[in-house]
Amino acid sequence: MSILIYAESQNGKVSKGAKELASYAKAYADKTGQNVVAIGFGIENPDELYKYGVSKVLNVTNETLKQFNAEAHSEAVKQAAEKENANLIVISSSNDAVYAGPVIAAKLDAGYVPNVVALPEDGSDFIVKRKVFTSKGIAYTAILTNIKVLRLFKNSFGLAESPVDGSVEEFNPNIDLSVYETYKVVNVEKATGKISLADADIIVSAGRGLKAGENWGMIEELADVLGAATACSKPVADLGWRPHTEHVGQTGKQVAPNLYIAVGISGAIQHLAGVNGSKYMLVINNDPEAPFFKAADYGVVGDAFEVVPELISKLKTFKSNH
Amino acid sequence: MKILLLLSSVPDTTSKINFTENDTKFDENGIQFVINPHDEFSLAKAMQLKEKHGGELVVLNVGTAKTEPVIRKVLAIGADRAVRIDTEPKDSYFTAVQIANYIKNNDDFDLIMAGKESIDYNGGMVHGLVAKMTGKNFINAVIGFEVKDGNQVEVGREIEGGKETIQINLPLVIGGQKGLVKEEELRIPNMRGIMMARKKPLEVVPAVEAEPKTKIEKFEKPPVKGSIKLVDKDNLDELIDLLHNDAKVI
Repeated sequence: MSILIYAESQNGKVSKGAKELASYAKAYADKTGQNVVAIGFGIENPDELYKYGVSKVLNVTNETLKQFNAEAHSEAVKQAAEKENANLIVISSSNDAVYAGPVIAAKLDAGYVPNVVALPEDGSDFIVKRKVFTSKGIAYTAILTNIKVLRLFKNSFGLAESPVDGSVEEFNPNIDLSVYETYKVVNVEKATGKISLADADIIVSAGRGLKAGENWGMIEELADVLGAATACSKPVADLGWRPHTEHVGQTGKQVAPNLYIAVGISGAIQHLAGVNGSKYMLVINNDPEAPFFKAADYGVVGDAFEVVPELISKLKTFKSNH
Repeated sequence: MKILLLLSSVPDTTSKINFTENDTKFDENGIQFVINPHDEFSLAKAMQLKEKHGGELVVLNVGTAKTEPVIRKVLAIGADRAVRIDTEPKDSYFTAVQIANYIKNNDDFDLIMAGKESIDYNGGMVHGLVAKMTGKNFINAVIGFEVKDGNQVEVGREIEGGKETIQINLPLVIGGQKGLVKEEELRIPNMRGIMMARKKPLEVVPAVEAEPKTKIEKFEKPPVKGSIKLVDKDNLDELIDLLHNDAKVI
């Protein structure tokens, strides 16, 4: 029996999310005497998956199928699961996977649990720990069906190398390609060059404490030094100081980087709802009473316009020495 | 245009989350219930479509009588009538079965709108399951929606780092979110709306039999964060040291 992961890729390269899925699936496979199979679309570096414990990659090479379509990809996942006798399918929390998730679950008649943060519990029942109430709670959820789909909460499990001798096999699922006409993609707009908030390991975010949009230079510079993405609070997006795509929070993006740096953001609950999946949070704020200080791991009380430039300067020195 | 809005009644964002009955149930004591924030974007869009193209907006909720105040808010904002399927939403699959059954018996909706996920259980799957169960097309993370010609619409979907525009025909199921309308375009009930809502039909229908596919065995509060490590603003070297050696993020 196998565990199947839906391994996403960009330009043929396996995504970080796929490596986390592999790490998770391999850890569980080792406990249960199974192997890990990945289904990918136009993957050029399957060895990056073997490194994380995937023993077989089913690579879909059909040109049309390389483009994401929820119906087509879900059908491919279903056929791969049937082919490999996989009772457990693990997907990531990327936009595409979140979209495909219920379609996969419906096709497999599977119980589906999102926001999973740990391996299934020991014991005869299949129970997984997941985040609920937008990370304000945890629910131990049993899946009652034979076939199960799990969606991993980003950055919850981490990467764990477990190299195996893997192999890749061309996979040609039987898919009605007319779905690409039914869902006809007529335009794609993508910010090029910038690191996306979803992929960023570090995010530098700022709020009303910066006083004006013109003051964002130091935020962008701090992000540059750290190789980070930039984000902002809702009021700042509403004021037009930053684009809405940078808004993180309850109704904005939910992010889960390794490090979230919040500059001049008070830490309202709606904002925390978007960022409390972060591994570590650093708050820089003038106001020692700012609620964010209660939620963060590290903090500096001080004027952002003094602290941030100094931090940039010290980080540049640090980076040149490491 | 005939639109069905799938409504979740959820605890307000600022609610303190506690569990009761040996941590097997969410403690609703003192909780203020509201329209699911993501649903609000779909609702505002539905109202815009209704005002522009005419037609009917029906709001549907799977819940016990305690969700009715929130349903009435949606009626006050401008939905024409409401349907409540009388049951606890046992899990997402069970909820989807109830909704799909209603749709199959009332299958003339052009557009079925939901929020991308509900902020309580964060399932993000009822809309997709309903679409598959009713044989309809489905797009999630919808940040734009425009009626083109006749049945053809253009739907903006949020993708990593941007937006994809999909041309597709109605009928359609969508999971909406912020971007579908601007924040300023969100609706709140006014006095007249609230008065009129009292007279709008709220039909209660029985649930159909279905077996949930998942079950929450136990809740837990997340681990309390250790106290914050405050670093003096004149000692940023210490901060860098913590980030490098303690958190290991740089």
